[in-house]
Amino acid sequence: MRDLLWLVPVFPLAGFLVNGIVYLFSHRTRAAHPPADQPAAESSQAAGHPHAHVHLETRPRRKTLHTFVGTGSVALSCVFAFGAIFDLGIPALASGAHHVLNLWRWIPLGVNQATGQVPGPPGEWFVDMALRLDSLSALMIGFVTFVGFLIHVYSVGYMGHEAGYGRYFAYLNLFMFSMLTLVLASNFLVMFVGWEGVGLCSYLLIGYDYHKKFAADAGKKAFVVNRIGDFGFILGIFGVFALFGTLDFGQVFAAAASNPIAYAPWMTLVCLCLFLGAVGKSAQVPLHVWLPDAMAGPTPVSALIHAATMVTAGVYMVARCNVLFRLSPDSLLVVAVVGGFTALFAATIGLAQNDIKKVLAYSTVSQLGYMFLACGVGAFVAGMFHVLTHAFFKACLFLGSGSVIHALGGEQDLRRMGGLARKIPVTYATFLVATLAISGVPLLAGFFSKDAILAAVFEAHFPRAPWLPKLLWMAALFTAGLTAFYMFRLVSLAFYGTFRGTPEQDAHVHESPKSMTVPLVILAFLSIVGGWIGIPMLPGGDRIGRFLAPVVPALAGARPAEHAPAVSLEVALMAASVGIAMIGLLLAYLWYAKGDGGVPARLAARFPAVYRAVENKYFVDEAYDALFVEGLAKGGGRFLWEVDATVVDLIPNGAAAVTRGASWLSHFFDQYFVDGAVNGVADSLQGGFRLLRRAQTGRVQNYALVMGAGLFCIVAVYLIFR
Amino acid sequence: MTITINHFLVVSFLLFSIGLLGVLVRRNFLTVLMSVELMLNAVNLNLIAFSRRLSDLTGQVFSVFVITIAAGEAAIGLALTISLFRQRRTLNVEDANTMQG
Repeated sequence: MRDLLWLVPVFPLAGFLVNGIVYLFSHRTRAAHPPADQPAAESSQAAGHPHAHVHLETRPRRKTLHTFVGTGSVALSCVFAFGAIFDLGIPALASGAHHVLNLWRWIPLGVNQATGQVPGPPGEWFVDMALRLDSLSALMIGFVTFVGFLIHVYSVGYMGHEAGYGRYFAYLNLFMFSMLTLVLASNFLVMFVGWEGVGLCSYLLIGYDYHKKFAADAGKKAFVVNRIGDFGFILGIFGVFALFGTLDFGQVFAAAASNPIAYAPWMTLVCLCLFLGAVGKSAQVPLHVWLPDAMAGPTPVSALIHAATMVTAGVYMVARCNVLFRLSPDSLLVVAVVGGFTALFAATIGLAQNDIKKVLAYSTVSQLGYMFLACGVGAFVAGMFHVLTHAFFKACLFLGSGSVIHALGGEQDLRRMGGLARKIPVTYATFLVATLAISGVPLLAGFFSKDAILAAVFEAHFPRAPWLPKLLWMAALFTAGLTAFYMFRLVSLAFYGTFRGTPEQDAHVHESPKSMTVPLVILAFLSIVGGWIGIPMLPGGDRIGRFLAPVVPALAGARPAEHAPAVSLEVALMAASVGIAMIGLLLAYLWYAKGDGGVPARLAARFPAVYRAVENKYFVDEAYDALFVEGLAKGGGRFLWEVDATVVDLIPNGAAAVTRGASWLSHFFDQYFVDGAVNGVADSLQGGFRLLRRAQTGRVQNYALVMGAGLFCIVAVYLIFR
Repeated sequence: MTITINHFLVVSFLLFSIGLLGVLVRRNFLTVLMSVELMLNAVNLNLIAFSRRLSDLTGQVFSVFVITIAAGEAAIGLALTISLFRQRRTLNVEDANTMQG
């Protein structure tokens, strides 16, 4: 089973090919698509909802094919993933067993002639196409295939009325292939292939409604912003290769761990480059701007790609490279600060958003910040733990919001919802569970992972900035409160109170089909129990920590178990985080569910500047627009144009003048010398042959006469000179 | 007077010359063809004369070949004549000068 690991990514790839090819042919013949110049007048409120555009639906038989190929390939992939994990065995994985599957030698690079010192060890240089199953990648493929499968099932219901049904599933399968390649990669380059693949699929799926301008623009924005990160990532890969002479994870990390003194000076640079890649992919400040816009994609896509899996790839990569990051305390400091700042920054923006998906998007950015904060303080396990629990509850939240949007026929504005709890009870119940989980209510998934992060931050130690951990801890704690507040604000606005939409919408509200509610229930269940694998205080409770220990060992010099911080401190920290979460929940409930929203309105009126800044996402988009788009690209373009016209053009103009003179000379020479010679030869030949042509009279008798004369001459000569 | 080979050769030479002259100067295609026959027969006469003189049958065999070829030549020549006449309505050799350079 473990040698069939390659099938895990290959199944979705096959699904992509089948769906894509079938769709291409059916698409051509039926031309079911709306014209590309469809007016883009729909407000962005209708973003990503299938009913906003009802086109010709896919034919039932073809649709069945797409459904079964799309979900079936991911189901098979899931089965084979778990098969491989159980074949190796969870205890074995936890004790360091891993399985590397070398598929083929991908890039042979010859033999390095250098002699032994860093950088550039001697030996053969090559990159293999290889997959690696260890505890970290096992965790990832486990939840990626499982959550991916649930979201595929959900998509069957959600996307059922779309014309591009086959295209959607083809892209989604391609995404699964790329994501699984990313997490199963055994070296940096294979990981980079998956990394770019998920970026591509993200672009394709954000721009799924490509005839709407805002969706197409959002896709391009995501792609371009991700390029900035990928630029850093690939520089980091170059750095790793230059230092270690290999890209294989096992060899690189073993080398780095065995000789930290030699590598440490370079590590800050390499790690910061790698982290830039993570910042782009995981939407951290300052490259966070693409993720909220990515909500233009269909809601299941937001759940799968922009919440549960792809955006956590950055955290996964940092955790995977934890050996390198640990060699560079400075880079860890940067990771922690960026993560902590992003967590707080995005959470404040989330307070004032009115689009249900935008709130969740900023929540995602904020939670990703949490994960990086954990990695930055060296608690990589806590970061990965939060990746896992976040995948469950955030996927549940997004799918729940999709269900709400579905019920309201495309409405995404929280101000036009309300009182939905009774009308769509399953969606409400699952949404509430996931909300409580993300808020950190005790015993639910988010509580344990968030608490692990907060505890790790509190106990962190930065030699360069001893005051920093406490500051980060306060920011993270405050963020926890904000998270609880804006999430419960969302629940209150959507599910409590009275309905504020149109009467038609009110009549239309209906619970979603089974294919959508069943994944919701499963994810809600996982949002409850998903955290129980990492209960910190119970003896033997921290299962995830021990499971990941072979890949992500505890901090060097970490306190052994008997020196662990006092239980009382842990309880105090826990109480603090629970308390602030409760305050957030309660305030949101009082202000938005019980009250009429008067308190927040008064607050907004009291501090208009603050409110405007938060509502407009601190004008980051506008600043980037002014700075990079208008400033650098256009203004810089104008400047360059001036330079071009005055300075640079001197060269081509001068060259042109010289060329003109030379060509005149050349022309003259050509006309009078070369042509003269050629024509002269031709003329003389023509004159000569004009005479010869006289002989060709066409009269047979002339020829006979000449022949006879010739014969006579020959005979005469013969006779005379015999 | 005994008839020696010289007599044959003289007759043959005269015949050949008359034929050659006819080929070169006559304008009518039929006449030209007949002149060619004259030349061939002059050659035949020559061959037979030497055959007799040298008691070698090769010459006579050759002359039989020549007669055969002459028959073919006459057939093709007449066919060409008819074809030419149909095209040009004339048998003047001077007019058949399409190949002039």
